[in-house]
Amino acid sequence: MKVAVVVFPGSNCDHDTRWALERAGLKAELVWHTEGSLEGYGAVFLPGGFSYGDYLRAGALAKFSPVMGEVRRLAQQGYPVMGICNGFQVLTEAGLLPGALLANTNLHYTCKEVFLRVERTDLAFTSDYRKGQVLRLPIAHGEGRYYADEETLARLENQGQVVFRYVPQPGAASEAPYNPNGSLLDIAGIVNERGNVLGMMPHPERAVEEVLGSVDGEGIFTSLSKALSAMA
Amino acid sequence: MTSMEDTLTPLSEQAKALLKETGIPLGEYQEIVRLLGREPNRLELYLFKVMWSEHCSYKNSRPLLRTLPKEGPAVLQGPGENAGVVDIGEGWAVAFKIESHNHPSAVEPVQGAATGVGGIIRDIMAMGARPVALLNSLRFGKLEGSEGDRTRYLVQGVVGGIAHYGNAIGIPTVGGDVYFHPDYQDNPLVNAMCVGLLRVEELKKSFATLGRPVYYLGSKTGRDGIGGAAFASEELSEESESKRPSVQVGDPFMGKLTLEATLEAIRLDLVEGVQDMGAAGLTSSLSEMAHKSGLGLELDLDKVPRREAGMSPLELMLSESQERMVLVPRPGRERALEELAARWGLDAVPVAVTIAEPVFRIKSEGQVVAEVPTHALADSVTYVREGQESPEVGALRAKDLAALPIPTDLHGVLLNLLASPNLCSRAPVFERYDHQVGTNTALVPGKGDAAIVRVKGTKRGVALKVDANPRYCRLHPRLGAMHALAEAARNVSVVGGEPLAYTDGLNCGNPETPHGYYELSETIGGLAEASRALGIPVVSGNVSLYNEGPSYRIPPTPMVGVVGLLEDVERRAETGFRKPGEFVVLIGEPLGELGASEYLWVTEGLEAGHPPRLDLQREAKAQSAIRDLIGMGWVRTAHDVAEGGLAVALAEMTFPYGLGATLELRDPGRPDALLFGEAPSRILFSIDQGHLQSAVAHLQSLGLPHRVLGQVGGDELTILLPKAQLKWSVNELKRSWEAPLREVLP
Repeated sequence: MKVAVVVFPGSNCDHDTRWALERAGLKAELVWHTEGSLEGYGAVFLPGGFSYGDYLRAGALAKFSPVMGEVRRLAQQGYPVMGICNGFQVLTEAGLLPGALLANTNLHYTCKEVFLRVERTDLAFTSDYRKGQVLRLPIAHGEGRYYADEETLARLENQGQVVFRYVPQPGAASEAPYNPNGSLLDIAGIVNERGNVLGMMPHPERAVEEVLGSVDGEGIFTSLSKALSAMA
Repeated sequence: MTSMEDTLTPLSEQAKALLKETGIPLGEYQEIVRLLGREPNRLELYLFKVMWSEHCSYKNSRPLLRTLPKEGPAVLQGPGENAGVVDIGEGWAVAFKIESHNHPSAVEPVQGAATGVGGIIRDIMAMGARPVALLNSLRFGKLEGSEGDRTRYLVQGVVGGIAHYGNAIGIPTVGGDVYFHPDYQDNPLVNAMCVGLLRVEELKKSFATLGRPVYYLGSKTGRDGIGGAAFASEELSEESESKRPSVQVGDPFMGKLTLEATLEAIRLDLVEGVQDMGAAGLTSSLSEMAHKSGLGLELDLDKVPRREAGMSPLELMLSESQERMVLVPRPGRERALEELAARWGLDAVPVAVTIAEPVFRIKSEGQVVAEVPTHALADSVTYVREGQESPEVGALRAKDLAALPIPTDLHGVLLNLLASPNLCSRAPVFERYDHQVGTNTALVPGKGDAAIVRVKGTKRGVALKVDANPRYCRLHPRLGAMHALAEAARNVSVVGGEPLAYTDGLNCGNPETPHGYYELSETIGGLAEASRALGIPVVSGNVSLYNEGPSYRIPPTPMVGVVGLLEDVERRAETGFRKPGEFVVLIGEPLGELGASEYLWVTEGLEAGHPPRLDLQREAKAQSAIRDLIGMGWVRTAHDVAEGGLAVALAEMTFPYGLGATLELRDPGRPDALLFGEAPSRILFSIDQGHLQSAVAHLQSLGLPHRVLGQVGGDELTILLPKAQLKWSVNELKRSWEAPLREVLP
């Protein structure tokens, strides 16, 4: 089954996401944001970037794009939907995931490597990881500080909806700061209750080849490849 | 220029007033009258003012730039187009160029830097290339003392502006350099370089055939950036603050849409010619395209999309509103181009038509408001002047440094050097830039001496580095320029890339003064000499003159951006030690020189002495040797020995993976010159025991001096001197090195 990578005006990780999907053996297509139908796609990715320039608030305008109705439909029907970075911001703005992504505590765009722990491996996107596995992935965002009210945070925690959490570099001094943006509960990625809509701030598509410095992101795409062949 | 006074009639009162208003020198005005065969009207005179500015016309630098080597086996396009292009094999080519945005950044750092980035991106896409990497070269004044506040404001603004534009448009910023020097206090330098990838057959030029409609694509035209090119060609002054309106405003979102639309039009083969609308806006882009095509052009200003009402023809012609391109569709593809633009939500309007008569004719409301021969705008007057070295510089260079005291605390000196603003960690800067979007960055900032961007679908990689040492250039402009090219090329070689060509951003003082002109001509002379000896041609560049004020003149600063090729990106080297037990080898001699060194500045507050001599034959050999060793797969860690000498270079090699080393420097001589002295053509690498003998034999066969210094291992850096043993923990070195810029950019 083929995967749709939605292109909003200002998306800039669209080609990278397609590249990573294709490397995992999936058929992926770029879909322009005005598309009215996602019929025939088995999964959807909302890629990173600066949709509509992110001048108002990251992801705030993209949620009104015509294609979002279809994204919502697929999410409700249980298809795998994933938002990376700006895509995660769009998913929270659209209400498909709870909470919001606020400005990093340093108030600046930050691009560097971070470490995160995999908390769930029963999802279409994470089955190729081991529970507790620590991944080395890059982040590149100015607004990645996950925030939600206490009730929501408790629910996320109790229902196991936190999928990725920032952790210290293995072997590093214990006092070294490791949470790059001030996210509550060190949240780097969450999933909806049903377990099919995943959002994460780090960029797995940037860590799928040795030449890029890490292959720890590959699991997202190989997991999905397996899940989709099981669905087909 | 010859005197033409005998042929001239006296100036009219109106002409006198116009000369005063535009600041055009009388001699140039007389030449304009001769070219036109009449007096220009006000609009026409302004067209000449911007087109004959140094920024557009190179009138002071063109005769000097002719001496630079521009030919090479890989060169597909040399200087004269929007950017240079080199062949990298398998049907791929790389387009690249560096450009300055100094004066706008001094007045409005965020937008000045942002639009510098936007402008250079458009130059690259005008060649039909997809931009795949950005670099920048920044120069600021002092971080210390009372002047530090303004410097911090500028650093934060400039870095913020580059991040704002580059991150949002989705082109990774993969490298650069930052230097602090008091002579940049009032006149920071912001040079941006962009590199694009294209298929050889998709190479585009600024070109149109006869009778074709010329399309305007992108943002609407507003009153921003009026006369920017002319502003760039004046000295900064107190009134510069009032020139904020001369600074353009960048919109990376519109930039992204314009980029994608332009590249799509090229890929679908809808266009025969492409031109960036940059400095001097409509005036420069249209008149240059017509001139290069051997044609004329008639522009209808009524068709130009406008952001605001009531703009005069003069304002429209001089506006430097950003995110605008000129496209010439192939016959019959006009409709397809318009539809494509509409899909990206952009204006695409045929504003002009090419004509046989070689004139640039401008119409407004049905009337011809200006008409000038295209060659007259393109071929400005040129100046060849008399230069003279500043006697103060000569005296500083001649200063005898033999009597300098040798510090007792050499341990502490290394910590101080690593904390110098010029040597400390650049992470606080490059962490603000997205350096990985596009998933091609094989060597990210901080990991290697140059960046590497791989080419998807091949094994190839492109190595990129921009460099210039202002101390060497201040004290010896010719030698400094030679060092700039040698060091940028060395950095490319040290990661495994073979230098193919370079782009140069020449930032100098006022060429109308003897000292300014001397520095400009010596800088270009030095580049030409190094270029010939190293076999690396120049394919593009930019001059920024008038970086001078009543109380300062910047050091001549040739920002040299070298592009190199790795045929197999797997065979590359990083800066950091990675494997305990590997042997550390130095190509070159341990003893360095103190003249013009960072050590001298940090310990004595002195910028003096003769910069290190450069043997270009040996330089070429050292670079080829390290490329050989990396290419054979024997060396994965290599590092250029630059400012701060051997001790700083070794410390830098311990940082990326926290691995220390123990080394012997048993040479006679001053210990400070041994540890911190500078010299070119020196490269450190580490290699396992199995390949050590073969590597040494290779260096011997090339006749290169070399030395096995010691071994990698532990978490300390230990250096054994003839009469002392120095030891630092890697963590202590790293703490000194990481702190200073983090305080400026938290």
